[in-house]
Amino acid sequence: MARPTLAQLVYHQFRYQNKVFWRTPIAAFFTIVFPLMLLVLFTAIFGNDMIEGLGVTTAQFFTPGLAVFAAVSATFTNLAIGTAIARDTGILKRVRGTPIPPWAYIAGRVASAVYLAFIAITLMMAVGIFFYGVELFPRTIPSALLTFLVGVSCFASLGMLVAAISPNGDAAPAITNATLLPIAFISGIFFPLDDPPAWMEITGNLFPLKPFADAFRDAFDPTLTGMQFHWTQLGFMVLWALVAALLAIRFFRWEPRTGSSERRRRPRSTPID
Amino acid sequence: MAAIEVKGLTKRYGDLSAVGGVDLMIESGEVFALLGPNGAGKTTTVEILEGHREADGGTISVLGFDPATGGREYRERIGIVLQEGAVERELTVREALTIYGGMYPKRLPADDVIAMVGIEEKSDARIKSLSGGQQRRLELALGLVGDPDLIFLDEPTTGFDPSARRQAWGVLENLTALGKTIVLTTHYMDEARHLADRIAVIDHGRIVAEGTPETLGGRDGGAVIRFSLPAGSTPAELPIPGARVNGRLIEFETESPTRALHDLTSWAVQRGLELEELAVDRPSLEDVYLELTRAD
Repeated sequence: MARPTLAQLVYHQFRYQNKVFWRTPIAAFFTIVFPLMLLVLFTAIFGNDMIEGLGVTTAQFFTPGLAVFAAVSATFTNLAIGTAIARDTGILKRVRGTPIPPWAYIAGRVASAVYLAFIAITLMMAVGIFFYGVELFPRTIPSALLTFLVGVSCFASLGMLVAAISPNGDAAPAITNATLLPIAFISGIFFPLDDPPAWMEITGNLFPLKPFADAFRDAFDPTLTGMQFHWTQLGFMVLWALVAALLAIRFFRWEPRTGSSERRRRPRSTPID
Repeated sequence: MAAIEVKGLTKRYGDLSAVGGVDLMIESGEVFALLGPNGAGKTTTVEILEGHREADGGTISVLGFDPATGGREYRERIGIVLQEGAVERELTVREALTIYGGMYPKRLPADDVIAMVGIEEKSDARIKSLSGGQQRRLELALGLVGDPDLIFLDEPTTGFDPSARRQAWGVLENLTALGKTIVLTTHYMDEARHLADRIAVIDHGRIVAEGTPETLGGRDGGAVIRFSLPAGSTPAELPIPGARVNGRLIEFETESPTRALHDLTSWAVQRGLELEELAVDRPSLEDVYLELTRAD
């Protein structure tokens, strides 16, 4: 039998990571279903009328923002939690003892997260378009795709950084929730920021979520014209991505921290039967 | 040809010296046990050989590679059965063996490995549904699926009850029959004796004895003779020096058991006595091990 090529190794990891994702109901729910539920709820609560001052409908405003939120859950949250738990349970150590180059394993994981983000964002936009009259403009599809790619790369790097610095698998969800949710609020994901206080605007712009959401939303804004490439926001996210990736590589560990009492020990009193 | 050649291996964790100058020479096809109490340096030594940790000093050659820099080529030829390994619990047994096997050039078909460890009925079951014992078998299968030349088994039965250990040995014996080089760590003497061709006893980061299960610690030299003191006799009458008296049981060690037995039985025959429970033994591996690893 032939030695597997690097591309085959990455592709196999990608496929099996996808399998694992779909077989983990809680992850699939929070990534795919939960953001859709928010869209249904928001349009039900606010009604799908024009939002005053924005000149777009409720769904037209919320759908792209929640699509970005779903993409961020698929990359940032899933990679952080999944990788930290894989380290706790010893999966990463096992992988390290096999011939797959470490970067190929990580690439498979990240590719799977990006693919799931693509499914999540496509599904969200499709629901918006088919059920809530969200408008899609062919002229902005290239910018929407580029924004998606840069945004998920950025949040995948951040997810791996959280995985790298989490002392254990229990800390990872705490860190992702404690960062993503407040930042989502001040980034205009859950409600339109109509003339927010200056501190909120400034703080929101320090993190990469608001640039991601703003750039993506503008691609679906019927009051705007042109191709809507937001180079400043894209460049800002690339910067975040690079810094996060470098720090993640610097601090990444393949084994649980020694002496950590939270190590998930499997009971070993059971016989081989 | 030596599969593993280690000279002067050292490893420190901060102030603690985990391994303090270990030499090992393990031949191809040999089943070698590294036996020692907890914290003796067994796992550290093996993890250095596996490439999981870097040594601080010494020269290491495993299958001609330095494990720290051997990378993909080295890992294609070894199989590691971890003390606490895990796999993605949502995969089925066959899927896990297919994906992990897919990383090796010489991979074995998943179904062959499943049959080797005897979990055929669980091939399509999710790993999370396996019993602990079945998971340990899967663990073994994962170590075998790349058809490795060298297999590391780190404390394969720690925490098992005695009957579970017996069953596990059955599986491991099948492994040893494959003719592969196997390095096993254990703190059970009976496990080392049962499975290994050769044993090294490690304590406080050093090899304190090395040999086959029969010769370890010079136990092939002497013998222990035991019997019960015949009624009406006193220990002082016996024709042997240095006997230990334990109730009615007499026990003594000798370098020349034939001669000692002759003296003893002649003495008994002349007096028309029967030496009940008469037995000649070698010092048990347990005695040797406890002597070697005694806390001092």
